Amino acid sequence: MHIPDGFINGGVSAGAAVVAAGGLGATLKRAGQVLDERRVPLAGLAAAFIFAVQMLNFPVASGTSGHLLGGALAAILLGPSVGAVCVSVVLLVQALLFADGGLSALGLNILNMALITAFAGYLAFVGLRRVLPARPGSVVVASGVAAGLSVVLSSVAFAAQYAIGGAGGASVGTVFGAMVGVHVLIGIGEGIITGLVVGAVLASRPDLVFGARDLDLVVGARDLDQGPAAAPAAVRAEVRS
Amino acid sequence: MRRPVRFAVFLVAGLALAAALAFFVSPQASGEPDGLNRVAIDADFADAESDHALARTPTAGYGVEGVDDERLSTGLAGVIGVAITFAVAGGLMLVVRRAGGRSTTGGRSPGDAGHSAVPG
Repeated sequence: MHIPDGFINGGVSAGAAVVAAGGLGATLKRAGQVLDERRVPLAGLAAAFIFAVQMLNFPVASGTSGHLLGGALAAILLGPSVGAVCVSVVLLVQALLFADGGLSALGLNILNMALITAFAGYLAFVGLRRVLPARPGSVVVASGVAAGLSVVLSSVAFAAQYAIGGAGGASVGTVFGAMVGVHVLIGIGEGIITGLVVGAVLASRPDLVFGARDLDLVVGARDLDQGPAAAPAAVRAEVRS
Repeated sequence: MRRPVRFAVFLVAGLALAAALAFFVSPQASGEPDGLNRVAIDADFADAESDHALARTPTAGYGVEGVDDERLSTGLAGVIGVAITFAVAGGLMLVVRRAGGRSTTGGRSPGDAGHSAVPG
């Protein structure tokens, strides 16, 4: 869904850049406040992993492909602020190093694919967690559904931007319907990938899933990590047992 | 519950998986237009796209200039991207964490969003 230069006019692109810069500034500040030592390399890993999986376009319909956006995934693993920053870094590297996503559209792309997917995806995830039973399986289901929704929302955001300042004169209704239609399909892929990844992290290191921290899945972590970050988890595990 | 893996093992395995996906799987990815490009073609605004200012740089378009084998070129570009993304994201987080004034190394402090229902 990387918007190239030229699809959206300069005014809307510049407006989106201002909004994205403000949003990114706020998320960076928040990330600095909530980050613990261990989530620094994890954020690097999440960004690198999302970069890799974004390269894996899968076919969704005849002559059409889609790929993971990863904003919801990063938000569920690391929290929405850190997650939004991770995907923004991915988009920046793609635009500057691989000429993917227009430079004038960088603000639009960060808004649509990092900020909206991370925050709306995380809100949907939290909402789903509230109505589902408190167990790891629910985290996987909520992750997948929220991630799928985040992709559809991202496509709606593009349609709105096209409505305000789109080039080429296509009808807004056509663009809206086509964008949502194809991104429902891509969202299904996003949901499956996100559910699989969150499930794999829950199976190997459940304590590292931000969106599952209420479940206190920290058994055995004390023996494994000598780092200071492990201490509070070990203490809590001891208090419970 | 299954025995969790060590943190360092998790990190290294995750990075190795990302690099492997980028190197081995990305050359097999679908080359069809993505959702947005498909809509642009069908709704007749694809021509509005203008050239990317960095379209002639050595790794533009997910390839490495000078590497003729297309699969190898894509795979190498993927691995370069994985490494640079890891370094930039990790480095940025290191900087904002220091700027955020968290000098302690504890896992969860009162400032952490750890037990808050509000999105962090």
